[in-house]
Amino acid sequence: MTLLHLLILFPIIAVVFIVTLGQLAPRLHLGWAALVVPVVLFAAFLTMVPTIAGNDTISGTIPWITELDLHFAVYLDGLSLIFALLITGVGSLVVLYSIFYLSKKRESLSHFYSFLLLFMGAMLGVVLSDNLMVLYLFWELTSISSFLLIGFWYRRKKSQYGAQKSFLITVGGGIAMLVGFIMLQVMSGTNSVQEIIAMRNSIQGHELFVPALILILLGAFTKSAQFPFHIWLPDAMEAPTPVSAYLHSATMVKAGLFLVARFTPVFGGEATWFWLVSGVGIFTMFWGALFAVKQKDLKALLAYSTISQLGLIMSLFGLGSAALHGGASTDSVVYTTAIFVALFHLVNHSTFKGALFMIVGIVDHGVGTRDIRKLGGLMTLMPVTFTLAVISSFSMAGLPPFNGFLSKEMFFTATLTAKEMNFFSMDTWGMMFPVIALAGSVFTFTYSMVLVFKTFAGRYKRDKLEKNPHEAPIGLLISPIILCSLVILLFIFPNQLSKYLLAPAMNGILPTFQGIEGLIPKIYAWHGFNTELLMTAIVVVLGFVLVRTFKYWKEIYDLFPQRISIDQGYQNLLAFSESTSNSITNFYMTGFLRHYLFYIYGFLLIVLSGTLFLTGSIVINTADDAQIGIYEVLLVLIMATAAVSILFTKSRMTATLLNGVLGYSIAIFFVLFRAPDLALTQLVVETVTTVLFLLCFYHLPEWSKEDRNLKVRIPKMVIAIGMGVLTVLISLSAQGNKLFDSISSFFEDSYELAGGRNIVNSILGDFRAFDTMLEVVVLFIAGVGVYTLIKLKSPQGGDTNERK
Amino acid sequence: MRENDVILQTVSKVAVFIILTFGMYLFLSGHHNPGGGFIGGLTLSSAVILLYIAFDVESVNKGIPVDFKLVAAAGVLISVLSGTGALLFGADFLSQSFAYFDLPLLGKTELTTVVLFEAGVALAVVGVVVTILINISEDV
Repeated sequence: MTLLHLLILFPIIAVVFIVTLGQLAPRLHLGWAALVVPVVLFAAFLTMVPTIAGNDTISGTIPWITELDLHFAVYLDGLSLIFALLITGVGSLVVLYSIFYLSKKRESLSHFYSFLLLFMGAMLGVVLSDNLMVLYLFWELTSISSFLLIGFWYRRKKSQYGAQKSFLITVGGGIAMLVGFIMLQVMSGTNSVQEIIAMRNSIQGHELFVPALILILLGAFTKSAQFPFHIWLPDAMEAPTPVSAYLHSATMVKAGLFLVARFTPVFGGEATWFWLVSGVGIFTMFWGALFAVKQKDLKALLAYSTISQLGLIMSLFGLGSAALHGGASTDSVVYTTAIFVALFHLVNHSTFKGALFMIVGIVDHGVGTRDIRKLGGLMTLMPVTFTLAVISSFSMAGLPPFNGFLSKEMFFTATLTAKEMNFFSMDTWGMMFPVIALAGSVFTFTYSMVLVFKTFAGRYKRDKLEKNPHEAPIGLLISPIILCSLVILLFIFPNQLSKYLLAPAMNGILPTFQGIEGLIPKIYAWHGFNTELLMTAIVVVLGFVLVRTFKYWKEIYDLFPQRISIDQGYQNLLAFSESTSNSITNFYMTGFLRHYLFYIYGFLLIVLSGTLFLTGSIVINTADDAQIGIYEVLLVLIMATAAVSILFTKSRMTATLLNGVLGYSIAIFFVLFRAPDLALTQLVVETVTTVLFLLCFYHLPEWSKEDRNLKVRIPKMVIAIGMGVLTVLISLSAQGNKLFDSISSFFEDSYELAGGRNIVNSILGDFRAFDTMLEVVVLFIAGVGVYTLIKLKSPQGGDTNERK
Repeated sequence: MRENDVILQTVSKVAVFIILTFGMYLFLSGHHNPGGGFIGGLTLSSAVILLYIAFDVESVNKGIPVDFKLVAAAGVLISVLSGTGALLFGADFLSQSFAYFDLPLLGKTELTTVVLFEAGVALAVVGVVVTILINISEDV
C-alpha cells in the first residue's frame, strides 16, 4: 500500500463519512466537508510535481489475484500527473462552486457529494492504474457515477433519458475496450500497461494487434464523445451544472483522451491508429463546432463546443502518433509537437470550459433561463460575470491574450506540419487537416461570440425572464475567477507549465524520444508573421461575418434531415432491441411451471448426456462393488413399486405418502450401509418435507388427470425417462471412472487432523468448511426467498398464472 | 375444529422436551458420534414445528417470542465470522483448531472451534426451516 493507493481510495472511503455526517449534522452544507477531499488530494499531488518534473516516476503495487495477473498496480508519470491535478484541482473548484449552487434545503446533498466523490476516486483510479483490468474497473465506475449524477434529478424524464443514453453508449464502448484489453493481454502475456509498452515491437505483427487497437479506440471514442458517439453528451447536460463543468467538460470526457495518450507508445506509428484518431478527431471538431452555433440553450451550446474541443485534442494525438512511424529520430521529432499541443490544449480547455460552464450556471441561477432567445443585455446587470465570460470565451475562440490563443496557433502549426508528411498517403490527403481545422475554428469563433454577445449584449428583455437579474454572490464567482486568472496566467507563463507538467508527460507518452532535441518546443505568444497568424486572422474575419449574417445562413441546418439523424438511429436501435428481446422473452416465458421444468430438464438432459457421450465417460465397472444382499434387493423392489404406483394414484395424499416411502427407504439404505448420520438426516428431512407438503395442500389446485393428448405426453415421457436413465448412468460412471486419487486418507486421519471421530462432520465442519458455509448461506437465501415470495406477492393477479 | 387436539397437545408438551434434548444431544455429540449442526438444527426445528402443529400460531408465538428470521441471519453470521477468527491467528479462512483441556468435573475435555461454526449452521437451519413453515401456514 503506497501513498498513491491511499490517494485513489481516499475519496471513495470519504463517501462513508459524508453520508454519516449528513445524518449527524443536518444543518451543515455537506459541500464544506466534501471540499476537504479534493483540496487535500490536490495538495498531495502538487508535492509530487518536483519528483515527476525530474523525469522520475512513482509506482507501487498491491497483489490482488496473482493467478490472473490482477494487481492493484499504480503508476504516476507526467501524463497521469496532469490528469490527477486536473481531477483534484477542478474538483476542488467545482465542489466550492456547488456549495453555493445547490440548495441545502431542496437537494439531497449526501447523494450528490457521495456520487461526486465516488467519481473522483474512480477517475483517479483510471489515470493512475497500471493494470489493464483495474483500469477497466475504474473506467466503468466513472460511467456509473456519471449515470448517477446525470440522473441526479431523477424525477425528470429528460434526466432519465440522458442518464440512460450516456450509460448505454459509454459502457458499450467500455465493453469493447475490455475485449481490446483482453486481446492485448493475450498478445503480451501481461496486464501491466508499462510492460506492454516495453514489448511494443514484439506484439506489433500479431494478428490481434489491429482488432485490439480498434476496440480500445471504441472505448476512447465513446467516452470522449467523438463522432458518431457524441450524441450522449448534449443529453448529459441534464445534470446539475457543477457536474457538467466537472465530468462533462473537464475530466470524465477526457478519459478517452487519456486512454489514447496512454496507448500511443503501443499503437502509435500504425496507419490505422493514425487515421482513425486524427480523422475522427478532426471531423468531430468540425461537426461539433458547426452544431454548437445552432444551439439555443447555453448548456447545449457548451456541450457541442466540448465535443468539438475534444475532437481537436483527439486529432492532435492522432497527428502526433505519426512521429513513431519508423522509430524515434531527429527527423520525426517535429511531429511530436502535435502531442505537446494536445496536452497543452487539454489543460487550457479545462480552464476556460470549466469557467464557461460555471458562468452559464450563474446566469441560469440569476436569471432563471439558459435560452439564448430570452437572454440579452445582462452586461450592466452582471458586470463581473460578463468580464469572466469574455475572458473564457475569447480564450476558447483563440484570441490573445488568453491561453487558448497559444494552443490554437500551435494546433494550426501541427496541422501544417502534418501536411508535409510523406507517408500514410498524407501527400494526397494531408491538405484536408489544415482546411478542416480552419473551418472548425471559424465556427468555434462564431459560437464563442454568440455565447458572449447574445447573453450579455443586445436588448434586455425583462419580460421574458423569470427572475430579476442580479450579480451572483461571491461564493459562486470565486471558482470561475480562479479559472479565468489561470487562463491569463497560462498565456503569460506557458513555459513554466511546459517545464513542470508537459515535458514529463511528453517523456511518458514518447519514451523513445527522451532527450532528443525539439521534443519540448518553446511556446511563444509572438512568432512573426506566418501562416498560423494568417489563419487566425481569417478565423476572426470570417467568424465575425458569420455572426453578423447568422440569420441569413442558418437555413443550412435544415439540410440535415431530422429523420435520419444519428440520434434517431440510436432511438430506433434502442426500440428495436427492446421489442426484439421482449418478443423473444414472451415466446418462452409462458407462465406455466411445467414449461419451465421442461426447459430446465431438457437443457440438463442435452448438456449432460452430450458431455457423457462425447467424452466417452460411460464406464461401468462392477469389479470393486460389494455383494448385493437380500435386504437391498427387497428395498429396491419396494422403492420401484412405490415409484411406479405414484403414476397411477387417484389422490394427492396417496402420492405424497408414496413419495415418503421412497424417502424413508433411502434412509433404510443408509442404515444398511452403516451410515447412521446420513440415515438420521434423511429421516428428519423426510419428516420436515412431509409437514411442508401438508401445508402446501391448501394451496394446490384440484388433482386432475391431464389431457391424454400424445403430443403433450410423449415429450414429457421422454424427458422423465431420459432424466432417470441419465442419473443412473452418471452415478455408475462416477463409480467407474477413477480420475483422481482417493481422498479417503483424510477420513481415516480425521481424528489426528480435526480431532473428531465422526468423519462426516469432520468433512462438513473442517476439511470442506467453505462448502458448508456457502451451503448455509444458500439455505438462508432460499429462506429469505420463500419469505419474500409469500409476504410480498403482488396483491392481485400476480400469481394466477402459476396456479393454472 | 379443535376438539381432537387434547391428546396431541398433551403428548406434545412432553415430547417437545424430549425432542429438544435429543436435538441438543445430537448437536453436541456430532464431533465423535452421529449428529452435528445440520441434523441437530433440523431436530430442534422439528420440535418447534410440533408445537405449531399442536397449538395455534398465536399462542406459540406468545410462548417463544423469537423472530426466526433473525435466528437464521444470526446463524449465517456466526458461521461466516467464526471463519474469520482464524485469520487473526494468521491461518487460512475457516481453519478450525482443537485442543484438550482439563476441566473441573468433566476431566480431560476436547474443546474445538468447529463448535462455533456448527452452532451457526444449527441456528441457520432452525431459523430458515421455521420461517418457511410459519410463513406458508400463515399464508392460508
